[in-house]
Amino acid sequence: MKGAAETAVRLEITARLFGVYRELAGASERSVTLPADGTVSDLVAALRGSEGLDFLPERPLVAVNRAYAAPELPLAAGDEVALIPPVAGG
Amino acid sequence: MSERGGGADATIRTWITDGSLDGFEPFARLGSAADGAAVVFQGRVREASEGREVTRLEYEAYAEMAERELELICREASERWEVGAIVAAHRTGTLEPGEVSVSIGVAAPHRGQCYEASRYVIEEIKRRLPIWKREHYADGSTTWVGAGVEAAASADVDQ
Repeated sequence: MKGAAETAVRLEITARLFGVYRELAGASERSVTLPADGTVSDLVAALRGSEGLDFLPERPLVAVNRAYAAPELPLAAGDEVALIPPVAGG
Repeated sequence: MSERGGGADATIRTWITDGSLDGFEPFARLGSAADGAAVVFQGRVREASEGREVTRLEYEAYAEMAERELELICREASERWEVGAIVAAHRTGTLEPGEVSVSIGVAAPHRGQCYEASRYVIEEIKRRLPIWKREHYADGSTTWVGAGVEAAASADVDQ
């Protein structure tokens, strides 16, 4: 089991930031590394724990491949992910 | 720009643009001779917001997702109401009071369906389109609409 963990594939996810999140982060994207079976909520936890992103709420809106995603959705390599602040279009 | 049509189904055209939506052309001659009603809705920048004088608005979009979501919204409307055509566009960039931020055109055989579908599209745009706006006020302050007190305070600090 320990051997398997050492060679387990990790998931590198780049999350795009928009609006007030982008402004507060000072960046339009942030990358994190997750376990291979990482989910949207794992991603959010990792982002919130990373440098300068503690302003993120516990359950922000997240889009995966341009559709709103549930927290339990598993992520995959190459997924397009974005954190969506409260919207204000129209 | 996204365009979909076909058979008895409604023709749907949607787009996100940083150009002006003040012109009427894309919303003229909607639908066909089967449509007895057409409605065009315009959302515009107002000069005042919650008692404060607005000098300009900056709209930011997650454009790739907004295009997809806008098309989905219009398709949902066409499935719920009998319409001939729906055309919808949202603007990004800096807008001044009086300018059009969103425009929705609906043509339908009957006016009831026309009004209902038009209303649905704007309400869904406001509820779920990934677009944000930063309001700038006459006193020099600014805030991200809907983002809460912290954002406004941070925005003021950034000034």
